[in-house]
Amino acid sequence: MNSLIRHSARCLRSVVFVAKPANVAVPGRLLCEAADTQKDLGEMVKKDKVVVFMKGTPAQPMCGFSNAVVQILRMHGVDNYAAYNVLEDQELRQGVKLFSNWPTIPQVYFNGEFVGGCDILLQMHQNGDLVDELKKLGIHSALLDSEKESK
Amino acid sequence: MAVTSEHIRQKLVHELAAVHVEVEDTSPNRCAASFKVVVVSSQFEGKPLLQRHRMVNSCLSEEMKHIHAFEQKTLTPQQWEQHKPSQ
Repeated sequence: MNSLIRHSARCLRSVVFVAKPANVAVPGRLLCEAADTQKDLGEMVKKDKVVVFMKGTPAQPMCGFSNAVVQILRMHGVDNYAAYNVLEDQELRQGVKLFSNWPTIPQVYFNGEFVGGCDILLQMHQNGDLVDELKKLGIHSALLDSEKESK
Repeated sequence: MAVTSEHIRQKLVHELAAVHVEVEDTSPNRCAASFKVVVVSSQFEGKPLLQRHRMVNSCLSEEMKHIHAFEQKTLTPQQWEQHKPSQ
């Protein structure tokens, strides 16, 4: 709700300075919201070390690909990450595709940097890169411990 | 516009100089809503996975608007040689 108020406030503010062109195809408010979403996304991806844009929630993924990302992170013991459900927010759903220049959901960010979608995370998991990338974030993969135990 | 497997295959061969392409329609009733592709191209050499996937995504950017789900594997000819025997 707060963010909604913030959105509208910001929109009102910027609209004041925009001269009204004749025959606008897209209402100014929509343009303004889209620009705000891009700005918000820039902050969202940096706020947490691991950020996932997905369909559903980690507790209840609504798509097989989103579920795969959740399961991979879980295997590595990564429980503490920011997950944004794009099904609850159409603006976010379209906005994040534009922001990342990536056509599909899920999308994964580490330290504000785009990592990839489900295929890439899966391949990083399989070839061991994910353990290294998590280490760079200061996250110790739980798979390292389970490997030791099995030896 | 219906996106066909053959259309995707031809586009990848043409624009990414792919030497091998596999396209599978993975939608439940083969309604061309989701695809799984394997692309083998020497243009992928020396490029990280993210960049390879971006190349495929931009090659198919028009088609992506009509595709609901898309899985991809991007390999260099050398990687494909190693990958193939297990098939």
